[in-house]
Amino acid sequence: MAHAYTPGLRVTAHAVLRRERRLPLKGRVMVERGQHVAPDTIVARTELPGNVQTVNLAAKLSIDPARVLDAIASPVGSGVRKGDAIASGKSLFGLIRNSVAAPADGTIESVSTVTGQLILREAPIPVEISAYVRGEVVEVLPDEGVVVQTRGAFVQGIFGVGGETFGPIEPVASGPDAVLDPGAIDARHRGKVVLAGAYLTYDAVVACRDAGVAAVVVGGFDDHDLRQLLGRDLGVAITGSEDLGLTLVLTEGFGRIRMAERTWSLLVSRAGQVASVSGATQIRAGVMRPEIIVPGDDSAPAADVEGALALEPGSLLRVIRAPHFGRIGRAVALPTELHALDSEASVRVVEVEFQDGERAVVPRANVERIAE
Amino acid sequence: MTLDPANIHSILATDCGSTTTKAILIERRGDHFRLIVRGEAPTTVEAPFEDVTRGVLNAVREVEELAGRPILDGERIVSPQRGDTGVDLYVSTSSAGGGLQMMVSGLVLQMTGESAQRAALGAGAIVMDVIALNDGRRPHEKIRRLRQLRPDMILLSGGTDGGDVKRVAEMAEILVAADPKARLGADYLLPVIYAGNAAAAPVVRESLESRTALSVVPNLRPTLERENLKPARDAIHELFMEHVMAHAPGYKKLMTWSPVPIMPTPGAVGLIIEKVAKRDGTAVIGVDIGGATTDVFSVFQGVFNRTVSANLGMSYSVSNVMAEAGIENILRWVPFAVDETELRNRIKNKMIRPTTIPQSLEDLVIEQAIAREALRLAFEQHKALAVGLKGIQTERTISDIMTQDQSGSTLVDLQQLGLLVGSGGVLSHAPRRAQAALMMIDAFLPEGLTQLAVDSIFMAPQLGVLSTVHEAAATEVFERDCLIRLGAVLAPVGGGRAGQSCVTVTLSGAGAPVTRAVPFGEIVLLPLPADGDVTLSATPDRGFDLGAGKGKPIEAALRGGVVGLIVDTRGRRPFTLPHGRDERIARLRAWNLALDAYPREV
Repeated sequence: MAHAYTPGLRVTAHAVLRRERRLPLKGRVMVERGQHVAPDTIVARTELPGNVQTVNLAAKLSIDPARVLDAIASPVGSGVRKGDAIASGKSLFGLIRNSVAAPADGTIESVSTVTGQLILREAPIPVEISAYVRGEVVEVLPDEGVVVQTRGAFVQGIFGVGGETFGPIEPVASGPDAVLDPGAIDARHRGKVVLAGAYLTYDAVVACRDAGVAAVVVGGFDDHDLRQLLGRDLGVAITGSEDLGLTLVLTEGFGRIRMAERTWSLLVSRAGQVASVSGATQIRAGVMRPEIIVPGDDSAPAADVEGALALEPGSLLRVIRAPHFGRIGRAVALPTELHALDSEASVRVVEVEFQDGERAVVPRANVERIAE
Repeated sequence: MTLDPANIHSILATDCGSTTTKAILIERRGDHFRLIVRGEAPTTVEAPFEDVTRGVLNAVREVEELAGRPILDGERIVSPQRGDTGVDLYVSTSSAGGGLQMMVSGLVLQMTGESAQRAALGAGAIVMDVIALNDGRRPHEKIRRLRQLRPDMILLSGGTDGGDVKRVAEMAEILVAADPKARLGADYLLPVIYAGNAAAAPVVRESLESRTALSVVPNLRPTLERENLKPARDAIHELFMEHVMAHAPGYKKLMTWSPVPIMPTPGAVGLIIEKVAKRDGTAVIGVDIGGATTDVFSVFQGVFNRTVSANLGMSYSVSNVMAEAGIENILRWVPFAVDETELRNRIKNKMIRPTTIPQSLEDLVIEQAIAREALRLAFEQHKALAVGLKGIQTERTISDIMTQDQSGSTLVDLQQLGLLVGSGGVLSHAPRRAQAALMMIDAFLPEGLTQLAVDSIFMAPQLGVLSTVHEAAATEVFERDCLIRLGAVLAPVGGGRAGQSCVTVTLSGAGAPVTRAVPFGEIVLLPLPADGDVTLSATPDRGFDLGAGKGKPIEAALRGGVVGLIVDTRGRRPFTLPHGRDERIARLRAWNLALDAYPREV
């Protein structure tokens, strides 16, 4: 049977989503099972162990490491303030008394009689985790966090930069194939999730950032501009921790690429509603794609189209590599025999009819199915 | 259990990779071992299966179907072989779940730090970071780093035997303060190997024994003049089995199926390369270019080295090749004009959709240009680590050594290189073998006479682990069924003007001898028989060196190959491409044409 599977990103109006919100270390869970939470509700809190400072007492006091325990002013485990004398000793035949001051506030963690080092641990660093999406706490992970469940529209992008944020959706570009005009962005867009059509330039991103836009969702963006935005060439696709002042989600890829009609119309239909957006992308080991979640109060059954979709004659698909990159068409044939490409590689292919009626033979590895 | 190679007639070997589990069946046919069939199935370490043996069984079932005989009895490998059923030996390697990830530490970065790194890499690990007293980071920064990364294992080294105890204790204290956690979960202790100054072992035990799964092995750098990496490498393999693999889904079961310990995949590849170099008495380089990483293995002067360039690869890491090499270095290999913005977008689109393949010839050429730069950078990293021991001059004081930034001289001597083996999709599956040959030549710039081969189906891991119990079977299958001999490259060292007389080559074999004078600046292809040997005599002009000295002739027996003998007179030390765009494109096109590398001009 002419049938194959292609990678696909989820774009659905009705999804049931669960997001685990877990602390990096054990701590305190601040909410209860069944509780309704907003994106900015703090659900768990902890303290990371403070930074460690080492103080070489033996060297500073010019004494043998074996004697440092006699020289410390407070026992191991006691708290000290910056500048407090933590150890003292006599030198130059006992004529001069030296003392060593604590380099920071903290607790004396250990003192070694082999190296003569004192280890001072600074105050713990507080860490809080928010709910990120509006929804209900359906599970409490004791001492670690919660699982928040929400229902609503869900769009996966292909690549993003910037962390988690949220705000009302605002279509700004005139359509899925339009380019965002930097002049169209102003103070009214502060805190919004801006829909930008097929493409935006570096100047347009800067305009968004300056206006305080929370996130931009767009079909494509130039790598050249990404480099300018990040201040470096992005080597490996592990993102989400950049501090850019906004989150950028590409739904289609790099270059100017019309946003898929389904994605555009779904997001436009949710204009004004609050979306939670994350740019975090990891393409290696355990693929993670950026996402836009628009929680709704609908009770429609979840139409989950998870991951790979079958490729069959008639399937709507997009070509994801040159020479037909970005073009959308329908599969008309899936020949079983291998086909020699222009590159001379023999691979399995799909015959595609594009929207203008033109036909082309494309490797199956180079198409992705678009859900309808 | 002792295995007698004389009783082994059939062998099943699997390699559990991150995405695919590959199984091969080897049988004795007459006096020789041969590859019979291979099968593969998706690896099943991740959810929903979370049991590596499912994928192994699926791959073995494919082998059963192709070989037309049973190997399994239900979900058990029948061993030893009974009649037509089962195999006499089952062995396996694994890199599933991201392979073995380690952190290493030494006192001085360029000395014990580097030795520790070589020990870990040679055992098949990915080295996440090297921590040393003089690495430029303050103690709290080292502690933060140790905490952030979650290694599978830590190798702690430092000091020569009888040397400074205090500094080793300092490194152990840093480790205690960091209290690092193991990657695969918090319910077991992190394995730590101590391979430093023997006199400091009691102090290290006192600090670490109760907090980690500590193993103390002989010092990997007992004196400045001597490196002793084997005990540390063996301990890494042992702990990999005991602590890391035992916590990966299904591996406990898999380990009971084989009488031979499961090895990390790259460690096994290193073994087979080492054995082939030893058998042939020649220097060998092996390279495996994958989607995310590129591994380089070498044996020079009998010393084995391995490096892994974790972020140089053809799909997931393709964008990093551009970031590290610079776009102009990629474009210099492309014989047509490309818009830079367009090329950047293409490379990023490959990164975000890593499974796509080149459709047009132009796209293939660009992909192969990127591969040249990935291979070149990986080889540069390899040369920097495959070096002689540093800091052995006795007149130096320790402060000189602490501040030295000069590399020890590299062991990699391209004129000594006898065999260059490439593997990984972009080399093994290049539509024409000449493309693979040219990519390797451009990236490694071999000098003098070097034989070229590709590993057709990447069996090296399985053969590496097999070589630990049956070396003859492993090297025989490697030679007969695994390697595709491409031929050889003859590259005189020296520079000159285009068209100037450079080298005269004569090939004599079964037919009439062929003699060809090749001027400077050319690539010329002389056919070789696909099988069998020929004799090569070559005389370089004054000023050019083929390995015997400037102007001195060489003679060598040459193995056949599917591409032929490539005479490369484009110059070495330096090798340069023309600066002008039009001239560069013209030269690239001429060289491609000489090798019939592409079906049409690109």
